[in-house]
Amino acid sequence: MSTNVLAFAELRDGVLRPTAAEAVAAARGLADELGGSVDAVAIGPPGTSEAVAALGSAGADRAFVAEDESFRNYHPDAALRALEQVAAAGDYAAVVFSASMQGKDLAPRAAVRLDAPLATDVTSIAVDSGVITARRPVYAGKAMADVRFDGAPALLSVRPNVFTPGQRDTTPQVESIDVAADPTRQVVTGIESAARESLDVSEATIVVAGGRGLQGPDKWGIIEDLVDALGPDATIGASRAVVDAGWRPHSEQVGQTGKVVSPSLYFAIGISGAIQHLAGMRTAKVIVAVNKDPDAPIFNIADYGIVGDLFEVVPLMAEEIRKVRSSG
Amino acid sequence: MNSIVCIKRVPDTETRVRIGPDGKNIDPSGVKYVLNPFDEFALEEAIRLKEKAGAGTITVMTVGEDDSKETLRTALAMGADQAVLLRARPGMDALPVARALADAIRSRDFDLVMFGKQAVDDDNMQVPSMVAELLKLPSATVVVELEVADGRVVARREVEGGHEVVEFGLPAVISAQKGLNEPRYPSLKGIMAAKKKPMEEVDIELGAARLSVDALNLPPERSGAGFKGEGAEAVPELVRMLHQEAKAI
Repeated sequence: MSTNVLAFAELRDGVLRPTAAEAVAAARGLADELGGSVDAVAIGPPGTSEAVAALGSAGADRAFVAEDESFRNYHPDAALRALEQVAAAGDYAAVVFSASMQGKDLAPRAAVRLDAPLATDVTSIAVDSGVITARRPVYAGKAMADVRFDGAPALLSVRPNVFTPGQRDTTPQVESIDVAADPTRQVVTGIESAARESLDVSEATIVVAGGRGLQGPDKWGIIEDLVDALGPDATIGASRAVVDAGWRPHSEQVGQTGKVVSPSLYFAIGISGAIQHLAGMRTAKVIVAVNKDPDAPIFNIADYGIVGDLFEVVPLMAEEIRKVRSSG
Repeated sequence: MNSIVCIKRVPDTETRVRIGPDGKNIDPSGVKYVLNPFDEFALEEAIRLKEKAGAGTITVMTVGEDDSKETLRTALAMGADQAVLLRARPGMDALPVARALADAIRSRDFDLVMFGKQAVDDDNMQVPSMVAELLKLPSATVVVELEVADGRVVARREVEGGHEVVEFGLPAVISAQKGLNEPRYPSLKGIMAAKKKPMEEVDIELGAARLSVDALNLPPERSGAGFKGEGAEAVPELVRMLHQEAKAI
């Protein structure tokens, strides 16, 4: 049985995304169990060969890189050619992707090309008598499925914020590969960024989510201020009720028809805690709830709760957090 | 404008999940099943494109058992013209399902194959990209805005922190995200008409699954509020605990 693991490292505009190191870290953990090494594959604009050196600390032994100016944006056809080429030349037990928006688009295509099974949004990986197994949330996290791969390579996309990259003092051996930019079936012409430059709710380590308790779309200043107090790792989330009401964009929605998140700290502000919302955030490490209703279901899963008027509680929270953070 | 919209019957999002007796599936008793919410956006978009073009046929298709006929009827009531049931029981492994759909789609006349971005049961998010790959078609997944004109498509797909703009020609594969449109409710007239619309039923054999479920478990219970304070005066203590105990800030 092969023991080596391949990781697809995602870049945006020539810069490694944080999830690239997470995919490599997940690959490293699996390769260590199998007794193999970790290769990374990346495509990007000129300069990508230098950018991937950072993957050494997450555990990459080698990195295969294809550079072309047209790889600056997501280029699925070229990414598939790179993956096919590297996978054909090596012998891999598994290929790891990030369960990012790019990874979740690319990995199923790779599953067809490599004729291999794929598990999405994996939160842990193990080896059981030589067989790769994984745990993944289903029903938006209302249940966890333990799945087993029959056949190699096993394809996995790993959930953001779950696999923490190590801090190894190594630099991967970088090898360039030739990958054609054409033909291509679709062209990504660019990314239109949200007006407010912010972290995506699926990737932020701190989420401050607001719900109907905010009473209106014009009341979100206190949420923004709390996010600001918590620093650059924090971002805004929203309940389905306020997204459906048009107060907040759908990209911020946490829950079964929004995003499933696993931040280290989650604030549920004025969110009562419908089943579909709880499913989307219950794996947060620490949950803080503020709600005026002491019987709100959110308190059943919150680690810390305050029953009270959020318009009084939240601004004070921001103030106290600023004090704590400035005193170190 | 001919579209094929692939749909799935799933438990309603308000379902409280219980594990079934086999330990590998949910207990279906008392569960309300619905048309997958994301599929509604795909179907609505197909209906709008057909209305705009003034002509075309919308085919809804699913891999499922007999109970999926009810879901197909719902889609017919919303405005699809005909339905295809590929009768089989889909498992966790998406590739055999994608192959079955691709095989059924290949011989048909279509401009677009539409999906919801994911089914809210397995949360695989795999079948749309797989079908695109199997049919060797361009595709865009998680689409929030779609412009179709003169055989060309400009799609905006949701990515972290923004929208990625993708351009390609028809025929193509699209998966729909919430926000693409506001799906209509089936009208009484639509529900009556749906009963007379054609539904094709084909028994199929899915390829062998290479990803199988060993066990399905409920997530660990969270213990609930270790600290529950009252009002603004509880804030300093809460922040102190977040800092010193939880080390979260």
